[in-house]
Amino acid sequence: MTVLIGQLFTGVSIGAVLLLIALGLALTFGQMGVINMAHGEFIMAGAYTTYVLQQVITAAGWSLLIALPVAFVVAGAMGVLLEILLIRRLYARPLDTLLVTWGVSLILQQLARDVFGSPNVQTRAPDLLTGNIALPGGITVANNRLFILALAAGAVVALTVALRVTPLGRRIRAVVQNRDLAAVSGIPTARVDRMTFFIGSGLAGIAGVALTLLGPIGPTMGTNLIIDAFLVVVVGGIGQLKGTVIVAFALGVLQASGEYLTTLSVAKVMVFIAIVAFLQWRPQGMFTLRTRSLA
Amino acid sequence: MTTVARDAVAAVDPAPPPDKPAAGPSRHRFRAVAGFAFGAALLFAVAPLLLSDFRLSLLAKYLCVAMVAVGIGLAWGRGGMLALGQGVFFGLGGYAMAMHLKLADAGPGNMPDFMMLYGQLDELPLWWRPFASPWFALPATVLLPMAVAFVLGSLVFRRRVRGAYFAILSQALAAAMVILLIGQQGTTGGTNGLTDIQGFFGYNLDDPVNQRMVYFIIAGTLLALLALVRHLMQSRYGELLVAVRDSEERVRFLGYDPANVKLVAYVVAAGMAGLAGALFVPAVGIISPALIGIVPSIEFVIGVAIGGRATLLGPVLGAVAVAWARTALSERFPGTWTYLQGLLFVVVVAFLPGGLASLVGLARRRDGESRDGEPRAGVLARLRRGRKEAA
Repeated sequence: MTVLIGQLFTGVSIGAVLLLIALGLALTFGQMGVINMAHGEFIMAGAYTTYVLQQVITAAGWSLLIALPVAFVVAGAMGVLLEILLIRRLYARPLDTLLVTWGVSLILQQLARDVFGSPNVQTRAPDLLTGNIALPGGITVANNRLFILALAAGAVVALTVALRVTPLGRRIRAVVQNRDLAAVSGIPTARVDRMTFFIGSGLAGIAGVALTLLGPIGPTMGTNLIIDAFLVVVVGGIGQLKGTVIVAFALGVLQASGEYLTTLSVAKVMVFIAIVAFLQWRPQGMFTLRTRSLA
Repeated sequence: MTTVARDAVAAVDPAPPPDKPAAGPSRHRFRAVAGFAFGAALLFAVAPLLLSDFRLSLLAKYLCVAMVAVGIGLAWGRGGMLALGQGVFFGLGGYAMAMHLKLADAGPGNMPDFMMLYGQLDELPLWWRPFASPWFALPATVLLPMAVAFVLGSLVFRRRVRGAYFAILSQALAAAMVILLIGQQGTTGGTNGLTDIQGFFGYNLDDPVNQRMVYFIIAGTLLALLALVRHLMQSRYGELLVAVRDSEERVRFLGYDPANVKLVAYVVAAGMAGLAGALFVPAVGIISPALIGIVPSIEFVIGVAIGGRATLLGPVLGAVAVAWARTALSERFPGTWTYLQGLLFVVVVAFLPGGLASLVGLARRRDGESRDGEPRAGVLARLRRGRKEAA
């Protein structure tokens, strides 16, 4: 029983990381249909932001706290720049956005290598987040994992509120549901696109800050994570966040239990097979926005 | 829409519709045969005469990449399926070939050297055994990738999983396969892969004469694949494939099943990638996870995009050019090459979606020639574009 709960927590914490990474993609890919391969590099930007801030502000706790909004703005600004320079021209060609942003991600990786060097760097975690909490029954829970779980939950709540309540959120949802009708209603769709990109990319920055707690920071850290995050959004379905949340945790638990029963590599293949099988049942993902389009 | 983009669409398929009356077909057939002969002369006579043994073996490696590119051109350029996981099929073909060659090197009854090293196995794993026979291993280099593509493709296309979803799934397959190969170090060689392959069906691969022979096999295979794709594209199937790319729903309403049309192109492309992987092994002497993961899989696509995804020769020339540029530049300026590669990718895909091949079309249009060569698909796509603009 203890083992089971421990495994479950591992799964949930993998899911929380996945969720943080996938949340930004749920906006830019799920809602806008843009396959942004440079999203992984925005995560890297967030992580390096934390690293740079720690060089200036030596107290690990403060630097982490300050890094959260700063990384959001840095990655968000990169996203807006990408949108203005390239993606704006490619909304009609979603597959080409994948290739173009892959080129961008190559450039950003090399830039990171030239600025920070190829070897990985490390940040110090605040003392508060280094230990474990012992729960009754002999279960220990790592503080940093707990923090990431809280961060993911906070991000989901904030994003949900922003999309549901604020005028900007209403506009984003309107543009996603029917771009032409939204434009006719006087919504400046181009500006809404840009803001959606800012928020989505900014969330990648937040994910980057969280990842500094789990491991080293390097130029290629984004590539390894991005595919899993895309899968979460694909399986979760378009246009709603609840699919992303449920699937992130489901895949996390599946991955953890697969790893426990077999090996990491076999678990990865199991997850892939499970995803393809799931798409047989629901090809559009778990939840989809109903539209009148044929595709 | 700019004129560049418009012309790119027009240049997408220089081949004429097969049932065009009068002068058209025979002239085009003559051109094709002449072009084919020119290519053969270039590959079989000029290159071996001009290049040193070292350069020739490099060219052999590039031509293997070009074979994968021909398949991607078919699936993506003509069929509209962005197959990002071609590394998987390249790897399946490569590993099947390498497993056979390793077993042949070790001699009957013996085990490949690395297994004793990492795996400390007492006997050959069950799934390695059939590869001892060339009668199993050689067909497997093509049929194994085709089978995997068939399973994934039929699951995905039948449920109408859309373009972007398919691209991501094929990428995830590549990621999963690499992790699996690395994880099973004892039987797959892990990160190192299968290295140090010495013989090729009784011939010693260190001998330059035999390396030359491998080059000729590769060049001949590439030409055969090009002829196959040209033939495929001139057939009724080729028209259907382009039609599915341009308007899947309309094809469905006409009574065809687009899933089957796409499946054929995807499976054929996978077979080509498998064959390329199989021939890559004797040419280079190694197959490893680093050659088949997400990054190399996307790099296969880069050459295709730059050369011109929907033409016959564009993918080949693009793939060879990119592979050559990488070797020439990455040794001396590793950082610069990465920037250049990224920039090239951004600029070509965003601003010249037809690839460099569309520049040829542009120049031709300016001469006022080849109006007759404009394919129907181009017209259709242009009509659609026009409507989008009007909307």
